Amino acid sequence: MPKLSVRTELLVAFAALAVLAMLPAFTSSKALVDFVIRAAAFGLFATSLNLLVGYGGMVSFGHGLFFGLGAYSFGLLMQRTGLPIPVAFALTLVISALSGLVIGAICVRLKEIYFAFVTLAFQMLLHSLIVSWVPLTGGDQGLLGGIPRPTFFGVNLANHIHLYMTSAVLLVVGLLLMRQIAQSPFGYTLRMIRDNPGRTSFLGVNVFRTKLTAFVLAGVFASAGGTIMSLFVSSAYPDFAYWTMSGEAIFIIMLGGTSTFLGPMVGTVVLLLLNDVVTRITPHYGLVLGIVILLFALGLRKGITDFIVEWFDDRRTARITAADAEEGAR
Amino acid sequence: MNPDALLTCFASSACLVTQVTSGFIIGMLLFLVAVGLTLIFGVLKVVNFTHGAFYMLGAYFAFTAYGLTGSFVAALAAAAVGTGLLGVVFERWFISRVYGGNVLMQLLVCYGFILIFDDVVRIVWGAEFRSMGMPDAFMLPPFIVAGGVIPAYYLFLIVCGLVIAAGLGMGLSRTRLGKTIRAASHNPDMVSALGINTGLLYACVFGFGGLLAGLAGGLAAPVRSLTSGMGFSILIESFIVTVIGGMGSILGALVGAILIGLIRTFGTLGFPLFTEGLMYLFMAVVLIAKPTGLFGKDIA
Repeated sequence: MPKLSVRTELLVAFAALAVLAMLPAFTSSKALVDFVIRAAAFGLFATSLNLLVGYGGMVSFGHGLFFGLGAYSFGLLMQRTGLPIPVAFALTLVISALSGLVIGAICVRLKEIYFAFVTLAFQMLLHSLIVSWVPLTGGDQGLLGGIPRPTFFGVNLANHIHLYMTSAVLLVVGLLLMRQIAQSPFGYTLRMIRDNPGRTSFLGVNVFRTKLTAFVLAGVFASAGGTIMSLFVSSAYPDFAYWTMSGEAIFIIMLGGTSTFLGPMVGTVVLLLLNDVVTRITPHYGLVLGIVILLFALGLRKGITDFIVEWFDDRRTARITAADAEEGAR
Repeated sequence: MNPDALLTCFASSACLVTQVTSGFIIGMLLFLVAVGLTLIFGVLKVVNFTHGAFYMLGAYFAFTAYGLTGSFVAALAAAAVGTGLLGVVFERWFISRVYGGNVLMQLLVCYGFILIFDDVVRIVWGAEFRSMGMPDAFMLPPFIVAGGVIPAYYLFLIVCGLVIAAGLGMGLSRTRLGKTIRAASHNPDMVSALGINTGLLYACVFGFGGLLAGLAGGLAAPVRSLTSGMGFSILIESFIVTVIGGMGSILGALVGAILIGLIRTFGTLGFPLFTEGLMYLFMAVVLIAKPTGLFGKDIA
């Protein structure tokens, strides 16, 4: 992966945002606008998981916890306190960071499969709390009565286009921040821990603290995704915190590819498209999705962007060998 | 929160007997699922996230066999044999392809299969709740112990669970197969070099684990309502059991399962809203105090 300068990345992000901003001017399709909002929510969620899985080698099977936590914290704060949206959003991120700190402190010491299912257990704890604490959360019905969306700084999130723009900005800013984290010395320390934790610790790095920081950061970005989702549906449902959410996120990053930063984003778009097509054709969504997952996991064994990167690498190698051969012939 | 109910129950022997028995039957069903999970993990080093689906399929197999033959023995046999065979096929064709530490792929394959199994159950048996009903043989007057009521079937379940636990413990420590299995869990390459077909052994262990889960499903069918997705909650609980008891330990699975069963029944009395939370809390405490579980060796 070529290392781009921060300025180039800012330019790319700005260009992406400009394209997204102009989209509603060219199309009046509500479905497309909706699609981008959903992609923003899931994209932040999946990319944050890849921060753990791809960069840190920590396969969390409970990342949906933060998605659900974000949606419920934000929804409840808006319903119960009447705070302005930016304040409630910031508080949601703080709540997720604190929860991530506590849960992470218990989980990140554990290895591989233990880590995977203890994170899963914590997610199911949140799910069972949501389902059983009916007076607060509305139980199975989700947060009832909608989430109030008072205007702030002239932004009215009840307006579809305003919500779309806010989601797009959150997505691009979130991705840019995560990209900076991944490219920072911290990000490289994380990769080093993934590849050789023993050696990293010999070099004087506090492995536990680095992993915990990654866990908290990933949780914060995932809860931002959950917040977008709760704004989009104007509610929050127990399904947001259900284990299938984590399973889906794992499939998304595998589908897109864990070795590139934008892989999870590609995976998100592809899975959402697949989702829309399959649910239109058949009621047996699980059956079809399950078979697709098996095809990828047992057949291809790689994500979409992994194939693209490999193709470029192969071409470059081929070009170099060809040039070498030419030189040799001369 | 209702700690008063808990205290009243502790003061009455009738209530204690009833609660402890229902704690034990939850514990026995959990044990049968968890012990397969722990056995498979001990030998294959794979956490079978589809284990709950085997439990669910066992329950549905028993439901259908009971409906066809009217015999509870046939129902249990169908549950055990059906899921056992499924386990062997599943291990040979799918799980064996993702051995070797790639947790991401293992999770994905299992996730895919859970989705498929749940949907297949909905297609074959319908989306609504099913119930098998109590077999005639157990339509007996309940036993009364110290004022507490114990249905005959509960007693049967508890005895079944304890017999299987004892049999497993003896089998693993005394028989040749048991010794081979224990050897394979320590050093599969050496076992293979000694001329033992480890692939076959792995398939057997996985099939046996599936069989136990299916049997648990069959045993649960008369006292639980059947629905697609019933496997996932028991899967999470049996994970908690194995974390508490220690991965790879049969005694740990038994003790952990009974503890969770008792926490569930007494938790329902004292903290109805936080029953599930209590289990997770207990797990977190064990993890912090002894990360390898109560009876676990240092394999985590």
